[in-house]
Amino acid sequence: MRIAISGGHVIDPANDIDAVVDVFIEAGRIAALGRAPKGYKAERTVNARGLHVIPGLVELSARLGEPGYTHKGTIASETRAAAAGGVTTLCCPPDTLPVIDTPAVVELIHQRATASGRARVVCLGALTRELKGELLAGMGGLRQVGCVGVSNARVPIPNSEVMRRAMEYAATIGMTVFLHAEDPWLAAQGHVHEGATSTRMGLPGIPETAETISVARDLLLIEQTGVRAHFCRLSTSRSVAMVAEARRRGLPVTADVSIQHLHLIDEDVAGYNSLCHVRPPLRGRRDRDGLRKALRKGVVTAMCCDHQPQDQDAKKLPFDATEPGVSALETWLPLALRLVNEGVLDMAAAIAQMTAAPAEILGIEAGTLSEGATADICVFDANAQWVLSEDSLVSHGKNSPFLGETMRGRVCYTLLGGAIVHESA
Amino acid sequence: MTARDLQINEHGRLQHFITVEGLPRQLLIDILDRAEGFAGLGGGRAVKKVPLLRGKTVINLFFEPSTRTRTTFELAANRLSADVLSLNIDASSAKKGESLLDTLRNLEAMHCDMFVVRHNLSGAAHFIATHVSPHISVINGGDGRHAHPTQAMLDAFTIRQHKHDFRMLSVAIVGDILHSRVARSNIHALRILGVPDIRVVGPHTLIPAGIETLGVRVFQDLEAGLRDVDVVIMLRLQQERMRGALLPSSSEYFRLYGLTEQRLRVAKPDVIVMHPGPINRGVEIDSAVADGSRSVILQQVSHGIAVRMAVMALCAGSQTE
Repeated sequence: MRIAISGGHVIDPANDIDAVVDVFIEAGRIAALGRAPKGYKAERTVNARGLHVIPGLVELSARLGEPGYTHKGTIASETRAAAAGGVTTLCCPPDTLPVIDTPAVVELIHQRATASGRARVVCLGALTRELKGELLAGMGGLRQVGCVGVSNARVPIPNSEVMRRAMEYAATIGMTVFLHAEDPWLAAQGHVHEGATSTRMGLPGIPETAETISVARDLLLIEQTGVRAHFCRLSTSRSVAMVAEARRRGLPVTADVSIQHLHLIDEDVAGYNSLCHVRPPLRGRRDRDGLRKALRKGVVTAMCCDHQPQDQDAKKLPFDATEPGVSALETWLPLALRLVNEGVLDMAAAIAQMTAAPAEILGIEAGTLSEGATADICVFDANAQWVLSEDSLVSHGKNSPFLGETMRGRVCYTLLGGAIVHESA
Repeated sequence: MTARDLQINEHGRLQHFITVEGLPRQLLIDILDRAEGFAGLGGGRAVKKVPLLRGKTVINLFFEPSTRTRTTFELAANRLSADVLSLNIDASSAKKGESLLDTLRNLEAMHCDMFVVRHNLSGAAHFIATHVSPHISVINGGDGRHAHPTQAMLDAFTIRQHKHDFRMLSVAIVGDILHSRVARSNIHALRILGVPDIRVVGPHTLIPAGIETLGVRVFQDLEAGLRDVDVVIMLRLQQERMRGALLPSSSEYFRLYGLTEQRLRVAKPDVIVMHPGPINRGVEIDSAVADGSRSVILQQVSHGIAVRMAVMALCAGSQTE
């Protein structure tokens, strides 16, 4: 189908475009920007006057409920939520049930995503078998079926020898290792940041060193093994500074932070608000400001929303017994725009960190509006205001700490491969 | 929702008693005054039954074992003429089957008016208070490391009996502050009541991060911490702390932090020694001190009944409006 998007303000950071231009789509791809190709006749014209047109967002971590946790979400429900949030590519971490450590699980996820047709889903394969941190997973086979990287998800690998060998093996087959830095002993029984707030609430805390010690070890192993690595969801200023230093030395490392950690702090957990139970935990104000600064300076190269839908029961317990995570796909863009409004980032940088940057980390062709690129596009109204409620969430997970808040920025159209997969008046 | 918003209803009355933190000073004074009436101070014995909670049903919901707290709550409810039911629920088996909310819904269906809750997880009482029907009051009988507000009030009651004016006092809380809900609630209560000098004393491993933000001074040395204090509150040291690499041994703990007559000499001559119980003789406290003339440990236990009667009566009062 030939769709023309006319009169919108196009921001395509990868191509340095920030101007009002028309976008012409044909056969699922971007046919042209600006002037229509010769003989192009649009079958549908989307009037984007007053709206922004950007590449579809690329999410580095979306738990989809399948396989194994369909009471929390399904690939159908969560890709629908993605479309509603302007997200066109989702990267699924390997902590499904069963774990993504065999090609069959990858194929199942790909098939269901294709059947849903509302977002692309790529997978991270397991780094160790069953994520147990003991034996290497069959990374070569996982790569063959399309895994874009390997990871042990949030399950720590305490044995440094196993971590070293896993990195060496991943380097051998050219796969990026996605790391969650958390020392299991220091994190122990904790669910919140260790500090005045955890002490006041009587909750066991996770100290900053649980993250920094693990980052330090992994950076040394990255240097030793030469593997390309990505640190997922850094939460402290100290650890982003360590990654920045490693990047200056030329190590092939990148890092992301979640949009929740850019807005919320440990004090938001007060009143035992389980909707603010996330992993790694929300840190103090100083850490949040440090993460914002790192994002601005490009030390942290990407933002993500760390989507994790939960069933109602998982959050309706005393705090320590609840499960972590935020249903975040549909608030990602408005919360990023909030960062722009607060002067943390300019619009083009914010868009880059949600599109081209994560696509580059995943090593996939996505996140740009280059001519010839797949037409994954998000069209949004930066000024439209709406109130987030359980009813407004398309995701099966209603677990958002931002419920009741006014969001600025509404996704009007989402296109996947040139087809409109979400449209709101 | 802040703790205060949760606990005080629209008429400014006490609806739930979850934590002392954030409560107005006058409310704490009201609890102490009420308790004084119940304690029948003239004769030194508790009053007979009063009909304040007649026709009401109180359920003691204990997800964690307790003798002292549960029995004093039972006695308190009995003396207020309430019907009392005590349920001991093994938290681990509860986890397997019925969820906490299901348990609550079932008990609510039995038309009860008040829950007294003890749970091993911090925030459990807060959670229950936010989920029960509006006519039910929740009293926290201790949640994880978070709060044990009735213990703090009975400690304040005991201190007031002996020292009269909170605004002149130095109070040292000694021991495992990290795991102690009693310490946290005591700190809040003493601060609100105007105690100018609150100290926590213990090894670095048992002092939680940022405790100074609650308004206390931290001492690692016992003697320095006890110097010139009017009140010493000793905390129980759980044996399992040795396993978590927090302490080398109970004998070493006693050597450094055990309260002995000798050590107590640096405190004020009229110092009183308190302990929430159960005590570990020879671990955190020497028998000579525990049973000595400055110990008010058993008075604390009997004051527990009067204070819990006062808290229950105040909460029940908010229900009748």
